[in-house]
Amino acid sequence: MGDTPETLELLPLDALHRRLGARMVPFAGYSMPIQYEGIVAEHNWTRTAAGLFDVSHMGQVILTGDSADAALEALIPGDIIGLKTGCLRYSMLLDAQGGILDDLMVTRREGDLYLVVNGAMKHSDIAILKAGLPGVDVAYRPDLALLALQGPTAVDALERLAPGVAALSFMRAGTFTLAGTSVWVSRSGYTGEDGFEISVPAADAERIAELLLAQPEVKPIGLGARDSLRLEAGLPLYGHDLTPETTPVEASLAFAISKRRKAEGGFPGADRVLKQLLDGPAKKRVGLKIDGRQPVREGAPVVHDGANVGAVTSGGHGPALNAPIAMAYVPAALAGDGQRLQLEVRGKLLDATVVPMPFFPKNYVRQGAKA
Amino acid sequence: MTLYFTKDHEWVRVDGDTATVGITDYAQGQLGDVVFVENPAAGAALAQGKEAAVVESVKAASDVYAPISGTVTEANAALEGEPALVNTAPEGEGWFFRMTVGNPGELDALMSESAYRDYVAGL
Repeated sequence: MGDTPETLELLPLDALHRRLGARMVPFAGYSMPIQYEGIVAEHNWTRTAAGLFDVSHMGQVILTGDSADAALEALIPGDIIGLKTGCLRYSMLLDAQGGILDDLMVTRREGDLYLVVNGAMKHSDIAILKAGLPGVDVAYRPDLALLALQGPTAVDALERLAPGVAALSFMRAGTFTLAGTSVWVSRSGYTGEDGFEISVPAADAERIAELLLAQPEVKPIGLGARDSLRLEAGLPLYGHDLTPETTPVEASLAFAISKRRKAEGGFPGADRVLKQLLDGPAKKRVGLKIDGRQPVREGAPVVHDGANVGAVTSGGHGPALNAPIAMAYVPAALAGDGQRLQLEVRGKLLDATVVPMPFFPKNYVRQGAKA
Repeated sequence: MTLYFTKDHEWVRVDGDTATVGITDYAQGQLGDVVFVENPAAGAALAQGKEAAVVESVKAASDVYAPISGTVTEANAALEGEPALVNTAPEGEGWFFRMTVGNPGELDALMSESAYRDYVAGL
């Protein structure tokens, strides 16, 4: 670890992480906290209370321009023209073959589109957006920090400090006042739990983070638990479960291809992607539950009847399930729930079963759902 | 009974012609939550400094090296049900395996407890 020669960027909360005793590691070009008290404790805390994650490495990008929504539809398969103000949509930048270049969140706000993209991909994403959106202003906002407050009691902690946020439902967002600062709050996240993502001026980030951490529900959570939480929630990680070699259909993310876009096409690789939707893809991303306790990691071959048929793209111990789980790409014929497969680890074959994802039930507060 | 340590953070407790092997408290702290241990089977021949076991934390898999050469006599069955013993009692109940002392001369290359504590303090 740590032999990357290039200089790592520091997060706005770098000093706070170190004060809190975080173990810092290089990630996406930043020095980032992988854990504070321990991954399993942090994971379980987020599943039962509220965890504060610093995700300021992610790219916050604002698009302005008269037809920014229509222009963006040329790069992604989501319906952005039909996206209502204050609503988020999950989407993906695609290449000409329908391969995934990154996954992202798009929110329509009064007067602009607010995008959140992966930290490791943000510079290439911004270049793609600038080249692909003529007449649209593409503003990268490194002056903003991004905090995620996730877990079943996140709403109690945040409502105390930013009254009104409890009225947001899942995938809705708005402007709120938090400790005298105007912040952008989305009810969204990457853990499978209810929670919020809070965009704040970098200069105010430490004060706001300390205020959140002072709430009895809240503890700081590192990247390690962020990864195990999203794995249990069945959420893919770009660069691992999603790459230019995979399409939205192969990645089992067809829900992100909006209805109108299925009918109209007009996004990169639409011919191939829509054909896969109709005929079914050759390979699919599936969830695997592994017999026994041994974790299976990224890269492990998937074996069926003695033949190598695919590979694990993410895997590890699921702390809330107390069992090993993984995601893998397998041939569509072997992707059905209950399919028995084997995974090869250090020359040994472990039995596994294809199971529906999420592995751990999601806990979102959906619009119209009973409280 | 004498306790020795390696630079790779294994400990070995020698009692007559039997040695018990585990990883140190420093090592378990670096690994974080241990969720699985792949131990060598009884009868396996180990060579000093070569891979002997694999310890899996939530984050990653790490090799555990044989501190000395010899033959495995017993793997710690308690770790199958409770791998977290490596975190809670790394230098006690969380031992990995027992083995014969194939070549007592190899022990000379290992560190004493005080030398190991100094080594860790300098990391």
